Parts: sequence; C-alpha cells; structure tokens
Amino acid sequence: MYRYDDFDAEFVRARVADLREQVERRIDGSLTEDEFKPLRLMNGLYLQLHAYMLRVAIPYGTLNSRQMRQLAMIAERWDKGYGHFTTRQNIQFNWPKLKDVPDILDALADVEMHAIQTSGNCIRNVTADHFAGAAADEIEDPRPTAELLRQWSTDHPEFQFLPRKFKIAITGSPNDRAVTKAHDIGLRMVRNDAGEPGYEVIVGGGLGRTPMIGKTVRDFVPKADLLPYLEAILRVYNLAGRRDNKYKARIKILVHETGTEEIKALIEAAFAEQKALFQAPPQALVDRIEAAFAPPDFDNTQSLVFDRAQADDPVFRSFVETNVSEHRNPAYGIVSVSLKPVGGTPGDASAEQMRVLADIAERYGHDELRVSHEQNIILPHVRKADIPAVHAELNKAGLATANIGLLSDIIACPGMDYCALATARSIPVAQEIATHFDALKLERDIGPLKIKISGCINACGHHHVGHIGILGLDKAGVENYQITLGGDGTETATIGERTGPGFAAEDLIPAIEAIIDTYLDLRHTGEETFLDAYRRLGAQPFKDAIYDHRRDSARAV
Amino acid sequence: MGRQKHPQIVTANDLFEGDVIYLTGEGGWTRLHGDAAVAHDSDEAQRLLAVAQAQPDKIVGAYLADAAIDADGRPQPVHFREAFRTRGPSNYFHGKQAEV
Ligand code: HEM
Ligand code: SF4
Repeated sequence: MYRYDDFDAEFVRARVADLREQVERRIDGSLTEDEFKPLRLMNGLYLQLHAYMLRVAIPYGTLNSRQMRQLAMIAERWDKGYGHFTTRQNIQFNWPKLKDVPDILDALADVEMHAIQTSGNCIRNVTADHFAGAAADEIEDPRPTAELLRQWSTDHPEFQFLPRKFKIAITGSPNDRAVTKAHDIGLRMVRNDAGEPGYEVIVGGGLGRTPMIGKTVRDFVPKADLLPYLEAILRVYNLAGRRDNKYKARIKILVHETGTEEIKALIEAAFAEQKALFQAPPQALVDRIEAAFAPPDFDNTQSLVFDRAQADDPVFRSFVETNVSEHRNPAYGIVSVSLKPVGGTPGDASAEQMRVLADIAERYGHDELRVSHEQNIILPHVRKADIPAVHAELNKAGLATANIGLLSDIIACPGMDYCALATARSIPVAQEIATHFDALKLERDIGPLKIKISGCINACGHHHVGHIGILGLDKAGVENYQITLGGDGTETATIGERTGPGFAAEDLIPAIEAIIDTYLDLRHTGEETFLDAYRRLGAQPFKDAIYDHRRDSARAV
Repeated sequence: MGRQKHPQIVTANDLFEGDVIYLTGEGGWTRLHGDAAVAHDSDEAQRLLAVAQAQPDKIVGAYLADAAIDADGRPQPVHFREAFRTRGPSNYFHGKQAEV
C-alpha cells in the first residue's frame, strides 16, 4: 500500500501543528468563531447537534491493520468507543472534545492518516471502487491514478478556492461500484481500440438539491493525458462556474446551463493549452506509486475447504452467497463485512470490532481493508480456504450479517440524530425497516434491493440513487418522508422518481411494505430484480399501491 | 413591544465540549432546557440573544428557539429538533439523556 514520503509526512505534521495553535488561540479567545470555523473545517472538524465531529479521510477507502487499530484506539480514548463509516469512504467520530482534536490528529499522523480535504471548496478525497485491485471484472487497479490525483490536488494552489466542493470518483471496472456518474468528475477505466487502458471521463454528476447524472465528455483519455485533461476541466470550472449562488455553484449546474457539447468544446480548448504547459509527474514517482499498489503475493494452493464448508453449513453458504464476491485470482474471494446488523446503525463499528477486523486482515487478508461507500468494510484478498475461518471469527464479533446487497444493507446518513443540517432523522428509519422485514423473513426472496436514506436535501445518504430512496423532511414541525423509486448508482445510473406526497414516520413502513408487495406480486419470475421490474412496469402500480394503502389505513383509523 | 407566537429561549453549543447549552436569567449557561431564561416578547428575546452573543469565548452559534411553558412554569421545546437537542441521539444512550 502507498506509504507517505517525507514531504507528505512533514506536510501532515505541519497541518496538525497549525491546528493545535489555532485551537489554542480559539480557546484563549484570540480567534473568533468566524475566523476559526474555516480553519477547523479545513481539518475535518465540524460542530454538529450534540458535539463536535471529526471526519477522517481514508483515501480511496484503503487502510491496513495498523491504521484500523489506531482508529479503534482513538474511538476508545477520545470518543465513545465507536466510529461511523460513511458513504464518502471516511470515518467520523461523533464525540470529540475541542481540546483533544490536535492530539487525535497527531495520533492519525502516526499512522499516516489525516482529516485534510474532508471539507471546504477544494478537491475532496478521491473515492474509488472498494473492490479495486481485487475485482474479477477489473481492467486495472485504479488506485495508482487515485493516489496521483490525491498528490496532485492536495494544496494545488489553483484549486483551493473553487466555486464549491469538488468530488472525484474512480473505478477500473466496467461494473461501476463507485457511483462515478454522481460525482463532479467520474473516471471509468476503458480500453481503446488498440486495447490500451485509459479513462472515460464523466462530468457534472451530483446529488444534493439538484441531482444530476454526469455527462461523458470524452470516451477515452489516455492515462498519460489524464492530469492535464482534469486540469482543463477544473480551469473551465474555476473561470466559468458560478460563485454568486451557493446552490448553483457545483460543476453540474455549469454543465447543465452550458450544455454538454459547449462544455466539451471549452474543455478541449483548455486541454490543448494545458497539455502543452503540463509538466508530467516524474517517472520515479509514478513508478513508486504503481509499486505501492502492486498486488500481494497470492498463494495459489488449491483446497477443498471452501467448497466443503459450503456444502456442510447452510449458514456459511448463505454468507458466501451474499458477502463473498469473485476475485481476479480464482483461489481467492473478496469478503464484504456488513456493518448493518438488523436493528443496528448503518456504518457503525465498535472499537472491539475494528480490532477484530484488523486482526483478520493481518492474519488472512494480506493486511488490507477497505471502506465501501455502502458503509461496509471489505477484506479484498482472502484465500478461499480461509474464508470459513474468517466467517467464524466475524461471527463471534457480531460481524457476520449475511445481507450485502439485500434490503437490510441500507445506507443512511447521520440525519437529525447527529447532523446540524438535518430536517429529519434517518438512522431510526433504517433500523425500523431492517427490523420489520427481518421479522417477515422475506429478504432473500426479495433479492437485490438498495434502500438509501438521507436526513435532508443534501443527499449524503445517496437517496436519489437508491432503488428505494427516502428523504426526511420537516413538514410544519413533524418529520415527514418522501419516497423515490427506480434510482440506480451503477453504470446504468438513474435518478429516482418521487412517488408523490411524503409520509409521516408511522406511515412510512406500511408504504415501503406496499411497494415491496407490489414488486413480489408483479415480478415476472424470481429472477427479475426490483429495479428491473420497476423499469418494466413504471411507477404507476407502485404509486397506486402506496397511496391506496394510505387511504385504507386512514379509513381504518 | 413585539408580539410573538411562542415564548423563546436562547440556545447554543458550548465552545469546549460542543454540547447543547441554554442561557439563564443571570447571563450564564445551563445544560437543562427547563432552566433557560424565557423571553415573552421580541424585545426581551433580542436582549437575551445579545447577552449570549457577547460571549463568543464560551459558546458557538447562539440562536432563539421557540418554547412552550409547562405546568411547572418551565420552558419545554416546541420543535422536534430542539427536543432531540435536549436528549441526544436516538440510536445510542449518549449525550444529555445519559449525562445530565
Ligand atoms: C454531519 C456532517 C455533514 C455535513 C455538514 C454535510 C454537508 C453536506 C452538504 C451541505 C452537502 C451538499 C453539497 C452540495 O450539494 O453542494 C453534502 C453532500 C454530500 N455529503 Fe454530506 N454532510 C455531512 C455528513 C455526511 C456524511 C456522514 C456522509 C456520508 C455518509 C456525507 C456524504 C455526502 C455525499 C455523498 C454528498 C453528495 C452529494 C454531492 O456531493 O453531490 N456527508 N453534505
Ligand atoms: S443529508 Fe443532510 S442530514 Fe444527512 S448528513 Fe447530509 S447534511 Fe446531514
């Protein structure tokens, strides 16, 4: 994995020292909140509803066992014994005290971690496919590119004061697990006619109050041209992007208002200039980064343990069905560890669980862990022969929930349980849905289903791209939930459609149940997924079901 | 004297702890909503807010929130957001519900 060089290490330490001084000056009164706020936000420190919150970057979601143990230590020493993994592949600590934050950041720096670029109008942490370097369908590991982007964008003078925050996502696979089409820039690795890998560049996606699917501005950019090409995009955005209105400042609005063809022409013109000026990163650096992401030494010994365990143990078999994905090496599997136990808080892990994950990664997983945007933890490289043992250890730690990709694998933002911007809660909604459907024992029969919940229009919970999306609002002082259907965050990305008026909290579960019953009634065969059925049937039968249902229950009262 | 629909209290977050606090009649701070100073008209509300805002070295983000007066004469939150702020999150027994 990538190790900091001296420059990175000094840079991070210097930033911690700066913040330490700024915190002292805030505490002794020489800095006002107006002066301090942008400084703390630059270091990932927010003030939420009940406490400060520290958002720690996990670039491209990759971490090792030492880093995971340090997160556990921080959770125990300075927080309440747990951390919250987010859709941005970060971890958030919900209860730090202001005076402790510099010490926490130093503890992070000890393991080459930081909280920079988790906030502000800069290029945020680059997110990547959580199966990168392991997936069977991958062309190449995209993380060397992600790391190059990180180095290029960190403190890039031209890009520290963009019109608005800027998010880049990257995948090396045709199956998009990184939601590239809902980011300011999405990069999807493809091959050209000569078979060389390069990137399809997608611009102007985003969620939030104006959700948009990104537009492809170039089908193929050779790897060597990627940085100048991205600089060209950022240059166009920096000059033409709107700064007059915060809600219109994201690049998606520029792309939308300018038109895709016109934007393409502007980017190409800027690229022609940029390419001539561009100083390529030194080959030694590129080589060093490539080497840092070289695949581990795989052990190709064949074994029957995995097959036998599946044949003998139905619990293990069902775990494999949902939580183990195909690895590029046939002797290996990718294990997804669900942080969605039924009734739990999506994305939360206790310090003890973090340590178990670190131990398993060290012993069985080539010391690698990933955080997925779906708020789960991935063990990307586990020998199939070891998966039964891994499963047994996960089980002891309450981490063997076999629900990846199913109804209870819900994404939920912190909502009004933590977030100061929230208009309603989202965590209890996720808990209730999971608990309700667990009692019905229908989850496996329902099959692949993505439910995503946000506690306000900012859409941190990705509700627009949920097959079933839920948005919590404040309707005249009461929590109210709007439903969207048919959203999709993959390569066939689609923004979900609103069903109509929202639901009070107590009417929401019956509405979700009516949607699912409609699907079960109308699906062609057990094979047709919820999303496929929705695409075939359209919204109407689902709308009829939920609003009829509401009339029925109103009558019943 | 401006009329307002509800009585109001002043709330903020503590600079050091980050937790929710309420302005008292003496110009100090309490963790208990019920002990907050109540403004019954807008002049009084603005005066209380100014008292809070004059303490930027102790607090962050002071604002006025609506309150209802209960049978004991104490202010209770009106909006659900303010009710959550008196307790803490609903997924864990953390925050005020555990500490105050
Ligand atoms: C509690 C602190 C948080 C604050 C103050 C916050 C604030 C915001 C705001 C204002 C936006 C809208 C940006 C825009 O449209 O211009 C946004 C978007 C977003 N946030 Fe958060 N957020 C918070 C927590 C989270 C968490 C916990 C996650 C992950 C679970 C997250 C992930 C995202 C994502 C994925 C977007 C997506 C939409 C986009 O950028 O197009 N945020 N956030
Ligand atoms: S969607 Fe809204 S409520 Fe949820 S974390 Fe983002 S800003 Fe907070």
